Amino acid sequence: MLGVVNKSVQAFLSNHHGQHVWREVAERIGIGPEGFEAMLPYEERMTDTLLGAAEAVLDVSREALLEDIGAWLAMTEPMRRLLRFGGADYWEFLLSLDDLQGRGMMALPDLGLPELTLQSEAQGHFTLIVTGGIRGWGAVMAGLMRAMADDYGALVLIEPVTDRDLPAGEERLTVTLLDMAHAEGRRFDLALPEAGRVAV
Amino acid sequence: MTMVDRGIGPGAAPMSLSLTPDLLGRLMPMFLWLDCRGRIRAMGPTLAKIIGADAIGAAFVQHFTLRRARGQGGYPEALGCSGRRLGLGLADHPAFNLRGTAIELPGAEGDPGSDMLVNLSFGIHLSEAVRFFGLTEADFAATDLAIELLFLAEAKSAVLGELQALTRRLEEARREAESEALSDPLTGLANRRAFDAALDRALKVWSRGGRSFALLHLDLDFFKQVNDTRGHAAGDAVLAAAAQRLSEETRRSDLVARVGGDEFMIILRGPVSVERVRGLCERLIDRLQAPIPFEGAECHVSASIGAVIANDGFAAETGGLDANRLRAVADSALYASKHAGRGRCTIASP
Repeated sequence: MLGVVNKSVQAFLSNHHGQHVWREVAERIGIGPEGFEAMLPYEERMTDTLLGAAEAVLDVSREALLEDIGAWLAMTEPMRRLLRFGGADYWEFLLSLDDLQGRGMMALPDLGLPELTLQSEAQGHFTLIVTGGIRGWGAVMAGLMRAMADDYGALVLIEPVTDRDLPAGEERLTVTLLDMAHAEGRRFDLALPEAGRVAV
Repeated sequence: MTMVDRGIGPGAAPMSLSLTPDLLGRLMPMFLWLDCRGRIRAMGPTLAKIIGADAIGAAFVQHFTLRRARGQGGYPEALGCSGRRLGLGLADHPAFNLRGTAIELPGAEGDPGSDMLVNLSFGIHLSEAVRFFGLTEADFAATDLAIELLFLAEAKSAVLGELQALTRRLEEARREAESEALSDPLTGLANRRAFDAALDRALKVWSRGGRSFALLHLDLDFFKQVNDTRGHAAGDAVLAAAAQRLSEETRRSDLVARVGGDEFMIILRGPVSVERVRGLCERLIDRLQAPIPFEGAECHVSASIGAVIANDGFAAETGGLDANRLRAVADSALYASKHAGRGRCTIASP
């Protein structure tokens, strides 16, 4: 699997929790402090090892860790911008989630994102079905979608479905869109302010 | 505006569709409706944002230049027959090109000329145009792939940035690896850098409750004489032979390094006692004293060794273990051996 997933976890640990947390995790899993290369492939089980060490060092559950990673990821400027291309408001953003896997593959064919399907239930109620990929993408999406709600200024309730009858390899989130214009969203211009590379 | 579809089967009345410019603008935010004399009758909201809403009534050629169209001549011949693909430029902003299709609208019976409907979009300069004119999602039709193109351009530039950074890091690592090769080219033993790293690792393992180890500092005796009297080639042969004998007498888990001209360092791992270290040192000296054949003659050297055992006892006596202290103790034990007459080993007691 492409290192960009592991690299994101590494960036989350060192930028959000501090270098010392990342160093401790790196030590535990036996890799150097320079960590992962986003564009090189790694064994799939390394991601699980990495997350396991991060859970232990931070003393949090896997789900809480993944939600935090999702939220943090959505707030890094390059990722926030890419997600905001999903639509002009949160409703459009939700509908664009169906295309997220395809968009990810346009950028990086080996990215390995899960398949996302948004089902409209009643007015303002949706179910997001997350299939494929490593287990835990549901929690990442929950964190990411909450952070994007803040970014758009929408008031949204997102809860994981804890139903044991879900088919294997499938995770579900319920999404309740309460208010699209709850607060002022953050500014987003289609074009970067000036020509040049996206700052990471 | 009325569009008539004449393509219905024989006998059927032609279908027609009425659209107001407002409705049309929602479908095609960059449409242009030109009258038969080439004046702008209406346009879509995005185009109005770009050339200004006051362009209504103005001549097409005042705001647009025709970059690409078959046939020569001015408007309307250049816009020509229905369905033609066009390349247009903006008169006020020549850097931005537009492309699109022009169709002829059916006129009233007996009308001398026809109105034209032109639908436009940005070409490859989309990103620059979006920035320059401050366009938003709402300025593009939902069917337009403009947003996907912008997304892709940004995602690809992020990926490219990562790849360029990776290439840079790999290049740096390659240079570093070249200068920091871990083996000594003459003997194939570990070099000083590899030895330092191994000593640090051994200390780390020990400090976590791992095994004790012994550090040997070995110096060839009479090597200088061989070098001076028989030449450097003989010296090199002596070093290579000494390295081979040291490797043969130690275990695979031990580390033998050449750290200087005729200086060697050895880390002995596993259970280490004074007896075992002394036994090994004597064997090493014995082996190194055996004659070394070179070009039909023999070279004779010996070795002096200073050893130190890194264990709890040593740590307790010296208040902890660190690499520099171990090296210094092994070094002074080596000098004790040299002073005592060479061909000897000294095991430092804490």
